[in-house]
Amino acid sequence: MKNIYIILSKEIKTYFASPMAYIVAAAYLAITGFFFVASVSDAFSEATIRGYLAGATFFMIFMSPAITMRLIAEEQKLGTLELLLTSPVKEAEVVIGKFLASLITVCIMIFFSLYFVILLYLFGDPDSGPLFNGIFGLILYSSATLAIGLFASSLSPNQIVGLVVGSGILTSLTIIDFISTRVSGIGSEILSFLQLGASFSVFDLGSLGVAESGHFADFSRGIFSLIDIIFYLSVTIVFLLLTILILESRRWR
Amino acid sequence: MIRVEHFYKNYGPYPAVIDVSFEVLKGEIVGFLGPNGAGKTTTMRTITGYLPPTSGNITVSGYDSVKYSLEARRHIGYLPETVPLYLDMTVTDYLSFMGKIRGMNSKWINERINKVIDHVRLGDYRNTHIGKLSKGYRQRTGIAQAILHEPDVLIMDEPTIGIDPIQVVETRQLISELGEAHTLLISSHILPEVSAICPRVLVISDGRIVADDKPTNLSSRLSGTERIELGVSGVDIKDLISKIRTIESVIDVRTDTRAEQTDNAKKNNYIPIVVDSKTNENSPEKIAKLIVDSGWGLKNLTPLPMTLEEIFLQLTQEK
Repeated sequence: MKNIYIILSKEIKTYFASPMAYIVAAAYLAITGFFFVASVSDAFSEATIRGYLAGATFFMIFMSPAITMRLIAEEQKLGTLELLLTSPVKEAEVVIGKFLASLITVCIMIFFSLYFVILLYLFGDPDSGPLFNGIFGLILYSSATLAIGLFASSLSPNQIVGLVVGSGILTSLTIIDFISTRVSGIGSEILSFLQLGASFSVFDLGSLGVAESGHFADFSRGIFSLIDIIFYLSVTIVFLLLTILILESRRWR
Repeated sequence: MIRVEHFYKNYGPYPAVIDVSFEVLKGEIVGFLGPNGAGKTTTMRTITGYLPPTSGNITVSGYDSVKYSLEARRHIGYLPETVPLYLDMTVTDYLSFMGKIRGMNSKWINERINKVIDHVRLGDYRNTHIGKLSKGYRQRTGIAQAILHEPDVLIMDEPTIGIDPIQVVETRQLISELGEAHTLLISSHILPEVSAICPRVLVISDGRIVADDKPTNLSSRLSGTERIELGVSGVDIKDLISKIRTIESVIDVRTDTRAEQTDNAKKNNYIPIVVDSKTNENSPEKIAKLIVDSGWGLKNLTPLPMTLEEIFLQLTQEK
């Protein structure tokens, strides 16, 4: 536990000591803000953060791998991974510490975007249920995307490879609904079950063709759905385990 | 302190290390010598617990490197060849992180950071970002990290690679000082370095240990030849060489072409030559007798140890 905390605090310090975190946070606020404004600026629009959530889930396809890309790749490149793993530290502690650091960084970004919520309460009468459930879902969704990003970062000492592979996996899990509607039977059900959270829809004009879908849809409707929570937690755990496996794989190669 | 028993390591089907056994006792400084790709780094990584052995046992301070890996790692300070450093951290932050990750408490860390920084003479750079340090100072930061937690065993992989000659001398001196308090295993493919620092040398080639001895013993024991330099006056060089060749135990006679020798020879007016002969056959005595009996002037007769380079080549090519 203590080792997880040591690694976590080192990574958080590194995030906020470099311009990276601030640039990503600024882009996050700008893009989600844009989606939020687009969704609430109609004459009779609802007081919801669904536009914000759609924008956030979409943007995280690229943002999460960008945040996690250096976490393991850089250690491999600098050789510090060897030093870390010859210290009395377990692979799992390294992976969990780094994952939690990225999750906390994203939570801080989400926290700063909560002024959208304040605006809604000031100028409208929002339904609190879907609002806070949506934020809760967004944190679960980010944890799944960050775990995938971290896994991608462990594959190569090159950060760009991590970014591309991570975004690639997340993009696949976002456009998978196009494929699932074109196959039939159990295959279609399995594919649509893998739909991660964001989706593209020409009918969703309120948030510029980006929609929440898949396991995220219920959160933004205010439904507390256990299966979706379990889905996101499972994705997170599976990809963290895969990452640990990759780090341990040097032992049997 | 370090005990390696019948250690084998394969990478896939390729054997990297074959049946290596050795022991490094407390307080010893042992040089680990071999050409690139001989298995030095693999052996070191296995001792530190980064890689598991394919078979065989390795214990560090009595802890098995596989079964009690975490415990074994606590007793090891390790400087990998790449000198792994977080470039965006300051020296102090980096050392403090490395201390924490090794389970040191903050009081101990602060005490040790000051001592270690003094020891490796990094005082002026303690708050500098590592990315801005020169290679030699990075090397020192790497060494500081390795000795921070007062480990019993220090393992350094090519500690003087890629730094300038002045810094090499300083680093060597630093390593010698460290040998007073630690058990040290240093790898290198640079031969004079090992003979300068280490009283004992393990030579590894193609994954096997081919020699384990003092650098000075290596020359006579393993080469089977001894070498002397001679200075003779009052004789024609052709005569001299052909006469010496008549002695049975002599293997080779040639003119000494080393610059300092030719200079000396000119000054003192003698012919400098080098004679290789079989060991334990009293060749120097026979040669001296021959020269004196022939009525020439014997100006110089000095036994020359073979250089490590030559021994090394001989050892690694035999196998």
